[in-house]
Amino acid sequence: MSNAVRLERLCKVFEGRGGTGSVVAVDDVSLEVKDGSLVTLLGPSGCGKTTVLRMIAGFEAPTEGEVFIGDERITALPANKRRTSMVFQSYGLFPHMTVFDNVGYGLRIRKVPAPEIRARVRSMLELVGLAGTEGRLPSQLSGGQQQRVALARALITEPRVLLFDEPLSNLDAKLRVQMRLEIRRLQQRLQITSVYVTHDQDEAMTLSDQVVVMHQGRIQQVGTPQEIYSRPRTLFVADFIGKANFLAGTVRHVEGGRADVEIAQGRVQVPAEGFRPGDMVWLLLRPEAIGLAPAGAGRWQGRIAAATYLGSEIFYEVMVGGQTLLVKVGHPQGATPLGASDPVGVAFDEGSLHLVPREGTA
Amino acid sequence: MDGLRKILREPVLAATIGVIAVSLFLFVIYPLFKVFQMSVVEDGRFTLHVYGDLLSKAFERRPLYNSLLLGTLVALAGTAVGYLFAFAIARADVPWKRFFRVLATFPIISPPFVLSLAAILLLGRKGFITRMLFQGQWDPHIYGLRGLILVETIAFFPTAFLIMLGVLQAIDPALEESSLNLGATRWQVFRTVTLPLSIPGLASSLLVLFVESLADFGNPIILSGNFHVLSVQAYLHITGMVDFSGGAALAVILLLPTLVAFLLQKYWVSRKSYVTVTGKPSPGRLSVDPFTRRLLTVLCLGVSGLILLFYGTVVFGSFVTLWGADYTLTVKHYVSVFLIGGRYLRDTVILASLATPITGILGMIIAFLVVRKQFVGKGLMDLTSMLTFAVPGTVVGIGYILAFNERPLLLTGTAAIIVLLFIFRNVPVGIRAGVAALQQIDPAIEEAATNLGAGSGRTFATITLPLITPAFFSGLAYSFVRCMTAISAVIFVVSGRWNLITIAILGLVENADLSQAAAFSLVLIAIVLLALGLIQVGVGRVATSQMGYEAAG
Repeated sequence: MSNAVRLERLCKVFEGRGGTGSVVAVDDVSLEVKDGSLVTLLGPSGCGKTTVLRMIAGFEAPTEGEVFIGDERITALPANKRRTSMVFQSYGLFPHMTVFDNVGYGLRIRKVPAPEIRARVRSMLELVGLAGTEGRLPSQLSGGQQQRVALARALITEPRVLLFDEPLSNLDAKLRVQMRLEIRRLQQRLQITSVYVTHDQDEAMTLSDQVVVMHQGRIQQVGTPQEIYSRPRTLFVADFIGKANFLAGTVRHVEGGRADVEIAQGRVQVPAEGFRPGDMVWLLLRPEAIGLAPAGAGRWQGRIAAATYLGSEIFYEVMVGGQTLLVKVGHPQGATPLGASDPVGVAFDEGSLHLVPREGTA
Repeated sequence: MDGLRKILREPVLAATIGVIAVSLFLFVIYPLFKVFQMSVVEDGRFTLHVYGDLLSKAFERRPLYNSLLLGTLVALAGTAVGYLFAFAIARADVPWKRFFRVLATFPIISPPFVLSLAAILLLGRKGFITRMLFQGQWDPHIYGLRGLILVETIAFFPTAFLIMLGVLQAIDPALEESSLNLGATRWQVFRTVTLPLSIPGLASSLLVLFVESLADFGNPIILSGNFHVLSVQAYLHITGMVDFSGGAALAVILLLPTLVAFLLQKYWVSRKSYVTVTGKPSPGRLSVDPFTRRLLTVLCLGVSGLILLFYGTVVFGSFVTLWGADYTLTVKHYVSVFLIGGRYLRDTVILASLATPITGILGMIIAFLVVRKQFVGKGLMDLTSMLTFAVPGTVVGIGYILAFNERPLLLTGTAAIIVLLFIFRNVPVGIRAGVAALQQIDPAIEEAATNLGAGSGRTFATITLPLITPAFFSGLAYSFVRCMTAISAVIFVVSGRWNLITIAILGLVENADLSQAAAFSLVLIAIVLLALGLIQVGVGRVATSQMGYEAAG
């Protein structure tokens, strides 16, 4: 039985209360999550990602569209019949129940015999590294431990799909990194289809088979983490994922997968598909793709405007022809950083450039 | 003694604490002590024979049994109705939520005995339902336990409703969703998650309603009939039989279960609550199936219909020439409200207006001291100031006439004793509001003022006070309502010179002048609503919701 999740043209409109108008939270979202894979829905708050997740769980009914698990249409199936376990941001642990009762809850609801519940809870707690905490109350656990209990509770019912609603955002930074590796390890070991909502791009990058970037209720792009980062399709995705310099330009000539783009600083040759001469574009230049050269060398000439020292690296703001370029330089130990108004050359490889469409008039 | 030295360095603060400590002792502790003393000292010797007399014979023990029985039943019924009402509004997404909520605040702002008055108008011997619908064939026996359960349940369920609404709204939506998500049916979600998490709130509500019913005086004095309860018996012992030690002993007997319930609620139940902090607001709450929603809607409509029927009857009754005999409409009762009742109205408004601002300011100062300052006896000040909230009005009233009827504290018959009673009865409301508001304010803001050179008094006046103004005004609104509708304690301290409208209404009901009583009650309610409206406009916020919460807490 396949546990792939398929969303067909999902829409969700929230009616405003007292005639305040309605809000389109999710707008025509279609998506396929392959059986056993982990897909993250990534986007800023209010982009509709949580609403999509809640429609898969059955907490919200779609205004339009269908939800499938495998070949089964579940759009009208009540939440408690869907076998989609959710891990909540606030963990949702029952404060009046012990760890044992929390984890065993789903099995008790399914009337599993008590000895079996005991055995399965024990092995599940071992799996998440919490053996021996059965008798404690959630309030007696640390945030990371509560998160593991929530995970154990979601996994024990052997759900068809595992749903995560920003599960790590209440943890501190170090624990977050550790937990996301653990979630990934568990998910791959159990081969369980997962949909993971987050606004944290690092989390999305490290966890996902596929990343779905959402903005204003719509899907902007679906792809592997590498695709999303190196070949963003829209300005929003390029801007939201990582840091980037954007140079306004116009396509002048296209030939053999390369476009000749005119920008304020001159002409550059950029790898490009699907652009035509006359298209207005943003030229995307990642800070780590730019190198600094001695003044006079490099492709363009500029001056340092500011430097931000971050230990393992330095970010420079370089003024080039009236525009500020952000440049990331791995910090060589012991070298003296460049100071403000030092003249520098700017170098980059044209192969690392990327184009996204630019709207408006110019 | 570091704290002591620190305080002595601030003379204004030290003086304030001193004055408040002395006032609390004089007007809270001392009257209670006098009640206790009166009940155990005879001819200068300690004796328990008053209690022996009151508790040895089964007949004499009746009021205690009756009060406990009534309190228990009202607590159960009121909490059940309040919980269903709260669940309907917080979870079931019933229609007309605003309407239901507004109706539920009616009993909070109206004088306590209005519901009894309505019960008599509807179901009494000359009642509309008894006479007109059943032609006198059916006697609902409202004078006694049945009638009291009915009116007290309507009167006190809003308190339960507000407590339980708070509890239900504080439950993290993720908990109920988790449960559903793990396969539970809607009913299983309720049984395994919602209900267990409501239990501390339900216990709290039961105890609060038990205390409210025990302390109720306005309804039982009108409606108890032969069903004697402690609060009324204590009053009758003193005013009817002039048996001060018997009245005092009954007051002490009334005080004990009340205090036990209050302390249980304050120190035990409140510790057990599972306050869950929500991670992020959920787009929607788990709702219920359409059948349950309809069922709960019908229930809400039923309760609201009953409230409307009761208040509507009072409105109708106030325009009727002679209830039960001549239903010709007339405004003559309103004319006499202003002709014969003008003095009562004037006295009541003057005294309430005097007491209210003092109550508010005192409450804020005590709240400030308790939350922000360290000093010897702070815990005692906190407890003492909250005490009058738990002590039944009857006990306080008896305490005041015992404590202030001789020099140098001869206050009986003056306006001062009524104002003082108002102040110290209602100051806990102001304190609650102030404490809640102060805990929201970062102490760093006040520290910044001190850091810039302001002393304690100046910091309070220029920084703290403006920030807690909304709480201050809702405290004012509520204590004004309580002053205007008070009866149980003040009935002991009114006099020929200074009398109150509630006492006048009670007299009218006792004389079976029901329509006149109804007109008085409505004028009283109108004044209360007008004052609330003014305060609300002044502050620009809904004072009543806050008020209800204070009443509930």
